[in-house]
Amino acid sequence: MAEDIKVIVFKLGTEEYGIEVEKVQTIERMMPITRVPKTYSFIKGVINLRGVVIPVIDLRGRFGIEEAEHTDQTRIIIVNVNEMEVGFIVDSANDVIDLNRDIIDVPPDVVGGIKAKYLDGVAKIGDDRLLIMLNLSEVLNKSEIVQLESLEG
Amino acid sequence: MDMNQYLSMFIDESNDHLQSLNESMMGLEANPEDLSIVQVIFRSAHTLKGMAATMGFEDLASLTHQMENVLDLVRNNKLRMQDFIFDTLFQSIDALESMVEDITGGGAGKADVTAIVSSLQAIVRGEVPSAGNASAEVTAAASGNASAAQVFLDEFQYSVLEQSLQEGHQVLYVDVAIRKDCQLKAVRAYMVFDLLERSGEVVKSFPSVQDIEQEKFDYGFSLYYITQKDASEIQKMILNLSEIEAVTAVALDQESLRQMGQDTAAATAEAPAPAPVQEAAPVAAGNASPAASLHPKEENGKAAPARAGGAPSPSRTIRVDIERLDVLMNLFSELLIDRVRLEQLASEVQNGDLTETVEHMGRVSGDLQNIVMKLRMVPVDTVFNRFPRMIRDLAKSLDKKVDLIITGADTELDRTVIDEIGDPLVHLLRNAVDHGIESIADRIAAGKPETGTVQLRAFHSGNHVFIEIEEDGKGIYPKNVLASAVKKGVITQEQASTMTDDEAYQLLFAPGFSTAEVISDVSGRGVGLDVVKSKISSLGGNVTIYSTPGKGTNFSVQLPLTLSIIAAMLVRLGSEKYAIPLSSIVETGIVKQSQIRTIHGNRMLEFRGSHIPLVSLSKIFSIPDYDESTEEETEIVVVRKGERLVALAVQDFIGQNEIVIKNLGKYLPEVQGISGATILGDGQVALIIDPNAFIK
Repeated sequence: MAEDIKVIVFKLGTEEYGIEVEKVQTIERMMPITRVPKTYSFIKGVINLRGVVIPVIDLRGRFGIEEAEHTDQTRIIIVNVNEMEVGFIVDSANDVIDLNRDIIDVPPDVVGGIKAKYLDGVAKIGDDRLLIMLNLSEVLNKSEIVQLESLEG
Repeated sequence: MDMNQYLSMFIDESNDHLQSLNESMMGLEANPEDLSIVQVIFRSAHTLKGMAATMGFEDLASLTHQMENVLDLVRNNKLRMQDFIFDTLFQSIDALESMVEDITGGGAGKADVTAIVSSLQAIVRGEVPSAGNASAEVTAAASGNASAAQVFLDEFQYSVLEQSLQEGHQVLYVDVAIRKDCQLKAVRAYMVFDLLERSGEVVKSFPSVQDIEQEKFDYGFSLYYITQKDASEIQKMILNLSEIEAVTAVALDQESLRQMGQDTAAATAEAPAPAPVQEAAPVAAGNASPAASLHPKEENGKAAPARAGGAPSPSRTIRVDIERLDVLMNLFSELLIDRVRLEQLASEVQNGDLTETVEHMGRVSGDLQNIVMKLRMVPVDTVFNRFPRMIRDLAKSLDKKVDLIITGADTELDRTVIDEIGDPLVHLLRNAVDHGIESIADRIAAGKPETGTVQLRAFHSGNHVFIEIEEDGKGIYPKNVLASAVKKGVITQEQASTMTDDEAYQLLFAPGFSTAEVISDVSGRGVGLDVVKSKISSLGGNVTIYSTPGKGTNFSVQLPLTLSIIAAMLVRLGSEKYAIPLSSIVETGIVKQSQIRTIHGNRMLEFRGSHIPLVSLSKIFSIPDYDESTEEETEIVVVRKGERLVALAVQDFIGQNEIVIKNLGKYLPEVQGISGATILGDGQVALIIDPNAFIK
């Protein structure tokens, strides 16, 4: 039996995503963001998180999903991956669940328009809930972004 | 045992010891007869060896061990220091440095040091090349003392043993007897030592290791030994070797050790004559009476006053992890931000008590700021300390004689500046020795003393620290500089004819001036000086040259005290706020649209008689709600990088402020035109503009 992991659940549109809880530093309400010029469009800028300046990424933008208006459900999830502190803007975040690693399946090629390599797997909870586990190092991998940008440009 | 937690401590302390080794060696070179310096060197090498062995860095430990053997002969007057020994020891220190560097970088501290080790061993054997007399003396001296098996535990060895005990190690007194019919007793002894070194450290043996190696001992020897193992275990281990007659290993405690230390100290003080091994036997130690050990310290002190004098006095400081200081700095800057916010609120609320409290808090946090800043101050000595060695080597390789005189090494600078300033200074110093100071022949011809002097000075002045490098070399001739600048196409002949001497000197920093060709033509100045200049400017500093042809040259580097808190001008561009470092601002002003001209498609501005580019921040940063081209009048900030000026168009000036510099986080390490961020009084983040990015 594989061990249980705790997962923070958040939403982008209708999809539910999960990040392992130990990679999440804190979840914050929306706060003023200072735009940083001359950087990728999905980097919304930097925030002041209790004295530390942290860049913030719009996860919709990162995945190429159409960006949405921020509501009072909007949250910034601060993650710490490979010593990088980054905030993700997500539509909402309100659940923590225990997940057994066994029920995480290899992801299908495309899930909700997101490339498979950003995903660690898909977990089926209950009858109709699908939880998409994010591969944070890939999401934050900038070498791949540069390629993407140059293709767009 | 998990060694990782001790690794950083090991690295720090090793670096300290290496530094002290380097310094002491330099001191000894200037004063080769001073044996107290040798003691200091020996102690550093010995501690280093012990630490390396404990941490499992075998190569480091064995090299220091070889050094120790050489130093041991020197301090016991059996070997006289000379050039070859100095060079070999310096090489050893270099090798140790690179090993420690390797360890710092996560390596295992391995290095091929066979050449150095064999040189060291040759020295111990008395085979010192190119010094026939000295080597003869050595062997004579060595053999003269050889038969005298001395029970001698010097103060240092004693303290090592005592410390080991305190740290919970076993200190054993081991007596080994080899069978009388043993053929190669030195080899047998070596095997014992080898075995012992594997699980601990032999601090002292009688007779000495050298004598044992040369078979100059009877069929037995004794030693003090530090280990984690039990006495009985050690005894069994040694007995397992063949041809060993008997082994007694006795564990010493503080009391018996003190007794022995006292005995030996007293023995040396009162009767310098060699005492037989047996007298220091563990039996005596076991009988130690409390009364006899009441004043061991004084006894020791009398016995070895010279050694005590050489010991560095313990400094009343503690090591603090730099990251913790950074955290403190972060927390403090939050406090600073809250303070500004509170001040704003208090002025809105207009409550007397509140205003008073906020003012008091302002004063307290001001004091706190001073202290936090002071905690981060490091003496420039940490940078300077490697220079004497560098100058020595450089002068030697260039066949010049150079004295380096350092003053103001205790001048303090913020760590952020210290980290950056080393390379430019190395550059300037190399320049001074390589190109400034003449060859010995030239100096004599010029009527100067054959030894050139390089002065390295640091001092505070206002909000800045100055570091000056001044030599009494040949100086720089402005007309030579101008001639080569013209030849190099840096300036035209016409420009050259109107330039002052100061302007000519500034050309040395011009990019494109310093190429190999130019160097050989002119006095040889300018090796990458443009790089030095740009590095120093990037620190918010400045470098100037004063030179008297024929007499020498002075490079003066002006540096800010700190890089983490700077004075900045806050400006507004639409809804966004930016900070521009005050150190690069020349002036601010307002220009009319009609004053802006277009030259080759670039917008230029007439500024104090010359044309400077006008940079549109709103375009470069794609500011959504501001565009200066629609305005009749535009506020500008003129910034400088070296001699070049650029005007940045902004919407409004907010005012001048002290800001705490923060980086943009690891995910956004470099954004063009932005050097960092700061947090304003209202909690908003403002980006700091890097003026250098706009000046090509």
